[in-house]
Amino acid sequence: MTQPCLFQGGIKPDEHKSLSNQTPIVQGKLPPLLILPLLQHIGAPTEPIVKVGEQVLKGQIIAHCNGKDCRFIISTPIHASSSGTVIAIEPRAVPHPSGLTAPCIVIKTDGQDKWIERLPLTHYSDLTHDVVRNHIANAGIVGLGGAGFPTHIKLTHDSYFIDTLIINGVECEPYITCNDRLMREHPDEIIAGIQILMHVLGGVKRCVIAVEDNKQEAYLALLEAAKEQVEVVQVPTQYPMGDECQLIQVLTGKELGHNQLPASIGIVVHNVETTRAVYRAVQLGQPLVSRIVTITGNAIEKPQNLEVLLGTPMHIVIDQCGRQDGIERLIMGGPMMGFALPNDEMPIIKTTNCLILSRADELPPLQMPCIRCGACVQVCPINLLPQQLYWYAKAKDFKKAKDYHIFDCIECGSCAYVCPSHIPLVAYYRYVKAEIRANLHEHKKAEIVKRRYEFRTFRMKRDQAEKEARFERLKTVSKVDKEAIIKAAVKRAKELKFNNTRN
Amino acid sequence: MMIATVGMLGGLALLFGLLLGYATVRFKVEGDPVVEQIDAILPQQQCGKCGYPGCRAYAKAIVKGEADINQCVPGGSLDILTLANLLDRTPKSLDIKYGVEGLQKLAVIDESTCIGCLWCIQVCPVDAILGAPKQMHTVIAQECMGCERCIAHCPVNSLSMISIPLTADTWKWPYPVLP
Repeated sequence: MTQPCLFQGGIKPDEHKSLSNQTPIVQGKLPPLLILPLLQHIGAPTEPIVKVGEQVLKGQIIAHCNGKDCRFIISTPIHASSSGTVIAIEPRAVPHPSGLTAPCIVIKTDGQDKWIERLPLTHYSDLTHDVVRNHIANAGIVGLGGAGFPTHIKLTHDSYFIDTLIINGVECEPYITCNDRLMREHPDEIIAGIQILMHVLGGVKRCVIAVEDNKQEAYLALLEAAKEQVEVVQVPTQYPMGDECQLIQVLTGKELGHNQLPASIGIVVHNVETTRAVYRAVQLGQPLVSRIVTITGNAIEKPQNLEVLLGTPMHIVIDQCGRQDGIERLIMGGPMMGFALPNDEMPIIKTTNCLILSRADELPPLQMPCIRCGACVQVCPINLLPQQLYWYAKAKDFKKAKDYHIFDCIECGSCAYVCPSHIPLVAYYRYVKAEIRANLHEHKKAEIVKRRYEFRTFRMKRDQAEKEARFERLKTVSKVDKEAIIKAAVKRAKELKFNNTRN
Repeated sequence: MMIATVGMLGGLALLFGLLLGYATVRFKVEGDPVVEQIDAILPQQQCGKCGYPGCRAYAKAIVKGEADINQCVPGGSLDILTLANLLDRTPKSLDIKYGVEGLQKLAVIDESTCIGCLWCIQVCPVDAILGAPKQMHTVIAQECMGCERCIAHCPVNSLSMISIPLTADTWKWPYPVLP
């Protein structure tokens, strides 16, 4: 048994988890329309391989990565989440902080929910890890904890040797309970998924499932299902325990450096729901067509967890749980790291783990000047200087902000939570990060343009010089030769014209 | 004693002199490093709005003291601030004589009116326009820097500047507004 050590900083916000974790997971309704964005993960967008008017079956690939082989690219296919007809491929509003539109495939469901032929790999242990990994890649599985990084990329171990597999069932954000309910209800599927992951990774010496100690029932359920084959560890309840870096530190005592991947120290972390999706893909042949979503908040009549088909519009899911009057805010993700959405017309996508609907019970706290109390410094789990970063963000001093490691910030929101002046610190950091990234992009583009401009200048000079050299040469040619040259040129031109007219 | 001292010091002076002389030849800096630094800051649109034929020419003019640091329209206030930091000068606002700061745009050719005269191709500083004589031309959107040089050269007004549409990909988190 490992004794977990704590990480520096962190907070203990009000949990509000009992709102939604008392009732079992309910199947979401089949919506009349499914809206499936072409990009639901981190990485390259997919390209549609179906046409408008085409009939599709549940689980059929409707958009694939470029080249239809995503084993080595950070992308993963999109599947139809129910059977029906493709009625449009067009830009629709997607759950993104910008509230902008992005290309989506819209399917009108036929109500039959008919599956395509499922091809499970029941005897996966006899197959090579490449075959199983490719199967997982084609099942469209991404990290379901909220980040949406394609899972098969994290199962590649060509460059690193993975000896520790961590299954993340921490779920440290307030309100969210989808992993909690999943661990209580389907611990056996998670354990089966872990065995598949261990087979694909090969050489895993230690596998740990981490559960926060506020989820006693989930812990006991997993402990029973694990049958001592897999280590189940309770970690203290402290936000942001569920972040990869913090969890690794707590479980192994190893700290990740700047820009360092967990894989480089032989560790890989997968979410419990991702693990279950892997089980379903390999043992049942079901690609990722649904996920568990927590619908909660004080504007919901019956807060609960639903197993929702991907692409279901949010308003259908919200109506199923009972909508109260006076909804002021819709947040996707947790209250700490999520973002507000402008309306509920958008679809549930692979990274939607929670929807919080709240009434305006109180006015938002007024932002006051920073008093340099340093409370943010004490809670930063990455040991950054949030207050210093705030000043640089305010002064738009991007270079300094970069020097103070703004890119190591995980945007957990602990600093903004404790700030007595209610400064939206994370909003400032996001702004700085976006500006630095955009500047870098512009700089790269400017470099290319500069090269093109320089080549053009060079080319024009060269052409000019060649032209002058030709004139110089002509000056030295005698009159007889000149006539001969002109005659030859005229003949050439005539031949060319003749050939052209004949063609 | 005195001769030895003088000899020693003289010898040292000679030695270091030779060393320095060698260093100036061996580690000679090609071109003006300040011009390079300024050129790296400038947006490289080669638009010529500053009154010079390209970004590098403008950079040279700044170093010579012919041009001020507030003439670059596409660079705008942010680049002026960076230049002022680099050259230790007081930041100024953009001189409106040269233009007004705005978002980068994209040139497009109206395909129904283009007569294929090649004029725009000849003035495009980054070879972003493609076409052949009497054939329709088109702008390669990825390469166009929005310098607007081609606009004035089109004899049939078939070129225009459009704003680049914002997508979820190019969207940036805004500066937080106070509630």
